[in-house]
Amino acid sequence: MSGAAEPPSGSQALAGLAGSRRVVICAGPGGVGKTTCAAAIALEGARLGRRACVVTIDPAKRLADALGLESLTNDAHRVAIGTRGGPGGSLDALMLDTKTTFDEVVRRNAASEEQAQAILDNKLYRNISGALGGTQEYMAMEKLYELHSRRDYDLVVVDTPPTRHALDFLDAPNRLLRFLNNRIFRLLMAPTRAGLRAIGMATQMFLRTLSKVVGGAVVTDTVAFFTAFEGMEQGFRDRAAKVEALLADADTAFVVVSSPRRDAVVEAIFFADRLRESSSRVEALVVNRMFPSFGPVPPALAAAAPGSPELAALATNLEDFDRVATREEAHVEQLADRLPGTPIVRVPFLSSDVHDLDGLDEVGGWLFGRGARSGPPG
Amino acid sequence: MDPKAFRPPARVTIVAGKGGVGKTTVSAALAYLAAASGFRVLIVEVEGKSGLPTLFDRPDALSYEEAVMLEPGRAGPGSAELRARTLTPDDALVEYLEDRGMRRISRRLSSTGTLDVIATAVPGIKDILVLGKVKQIENQIAAGAAGAPDCIVVDAPAAGHAVSFLSSAYGLMEAAAVGPIRAQAADVVAMLSDPDRCQVMLVTLPEETPVNEAVDTAFHLEDRAGVKLSPIVVNGLWPRLDLPAAAPADLPQGRLSDAERAAVEGAADFRRRRQAVQEEQLARLAEALPLSQLRLPYLFTTELGLEEVRALAGELAQQLAGVSG
Repeated sequence: MSGAAEPPSGSQALAGLAGSRRVVICAGPGGVGKTTCAAAIALEGARLGRRACVVTIDPAKRLADALGLESLTNDAHRVAIGTRGGPGGSLDALMLDTKTTFDEVVRRNAASEEQAQAILDNKLYRNISGALGGTQEYMAMEKLYELHSRRDYDLVVVDTPPTRHALDFLDAPNRLLRFLNNRIFRLLMAPTRAGLRAIGMATQMFLRTLSKVVGGAVVTDTVAFFTAFEGMEQGFRDRAAKVEALLADADTAFVVVSSPRRDAVVEAIFFADRLRESSSRVEALVVNRMFPSFGPVPPALAAAAPGSPELAALATNLEDFDRVATREEAHVEQLADRLPGTPIVRVPFLSSDVHDLDGLDEVGGWLFGRGARSGPPG
Repeated sequence: MDPKAFRPPARVTIVAGKGGVGKTTVSAALAYLAAASGFRVLIVEVEGKSGLPTLFDRPDALSYEEAVMLEPGRAGPGSAELRARTLTPDDALVEYLEDRGMRRISRRLSSTGTLDVIATAVPGIKDILVLGKVKQIENQIAAGAAGAPDCIVVDAPAAGHAVSFLSSAYGLMEAAAVGPIRAQAADVVAMLSDPDRCQVMLVTLPEETPVNEAVDTAFHLEDRAGVKLSPIVVNGLWPRLDLPAAAPADLPQGRLSDAERAAVEGAADFRRRRQAVQEEQLARLAEALPLSQLRLPYLFTTELGLEEVRALAGELAQQLAGVSG
């Protein structure tokens, strides 16, 4: 096996995205280093002289510290990047606050202050950001849209939430819309309308049972929520359409971050296929945490190993690395086959977690083909 | 390894940990060990997405119906059957409603997203439905019901979610003063707080972020879910090699080229640094958490199947014998 399958332009392609696109979305399964990659791409944008902003979601604590994010900060703030920024370049960061973002959306769409307040005070509403799957994804896209339309930034990089499935965020707006349009509760809140008969016996029985099972107060709150929400769905629908258009825009790039494992590869392929259906495509693929490859055991070492525990340990160690590296390479080749023409960037397994800007420099060095180290010394 | 010496610590073992630490693999290994020791075991997967069948060299996805992963005798002489199924909140709600004579509407509810509305109105209800179902199977075990397994292994949701998953019962007991949900929650609390009935096995990796998260999860689980923690599994440990600092150029059977020596020494250097990180994280974990550690080796492969699960089960058997002995 040779390294010839790697398009030589992988790193340049990624640097090109950081240098020219207005939106970069990092997607992929959980636990593969998406947040780190997103931060490194935004930092690269700053290095190239752009005003960059990274939207992070639930970063590991030390990476958050490195970006100066001690807590949820829905307003971006400047990261001190020292001499890393190019002329005019800067890096801002924010950690998504789903609840506050949703509150802003409600206020913006409400016809009156009373309507907004009725929703914000509703018990069911207050549970949404914590309990309804897809809300975090939707709000991430909402924040992206807001930052993008304010035009304070040349580049916005979004890290997507750790979901069971990388696709969840593409479906999130629809999931929320479906929630807001739930038919059973909409019918229930307008019992005097013609819809009454359409409710049907089964639904009525269900609602009665629901009252018994979860309590009448819950049903009352739910009905109050849908009543208060009346008239706002169109605003949400319009915005969802705009967000969808932004995601499909030529200035938006999707970068899939994956790891060289079977399940992650399957998910990356699935994601790319789904993206193609929404007429977007994966513009670069980052395979993170690759095992270092040191080649096979040299014959002279293999022959000498049985005679010496120390040499045997050295040989075993090389064998271990080689076995994993070979398999991982096979997974990457499979990705390359299934996503022909997509530039692939390999990032090795680093010996410690990224927890400061030097660590981001190191990742950036691999992402953008500058070798392991490129930050200023010290 | 003497699997006959193994007894499941409780009727239900809930395996929990951050995404990517190998929860499903550990669930499979623990279940394999139970089956090899003659206990009929059922693995319950709660997220509707799992690589579990692959771990037993089975091609098909799991479903709500129990599927055989290992036939009796497959894990050695005298070994028992191992089955697996999914148990997602949607499934559990449908079953809950069907049990109460609402079969027709139950299917439609999941397809129209009404479950989302209910689950948002009553946070924790999904978890309580799933745990309620687990408790129902556990009751069947206690009663020695026909067709019931001897023990259950639950492949729990990713940590963070695991805490809310397991503390939902307390939350609902506070929120709902009366009614079937409160009764259900009370039953689940009774199960979770009885160490003979239920224990939680945390899984982590010897790396900084997973260790931090495991420590947080452990304290939250004890505080908020009142559940007993079994020994913690540290997964993916690189087996320790005593590597010399340098590779000699001249060997009895020939010379190593400079490039070969650089590769040999580079690999050794990487391994030593990795080992140092592991030692440091194991020590940190031991200091922060007063739990015994079960250490599972990294198997230097990217795909795991039955052979690997068997090897890990053997490791678990050996170490559990040491812990409880």
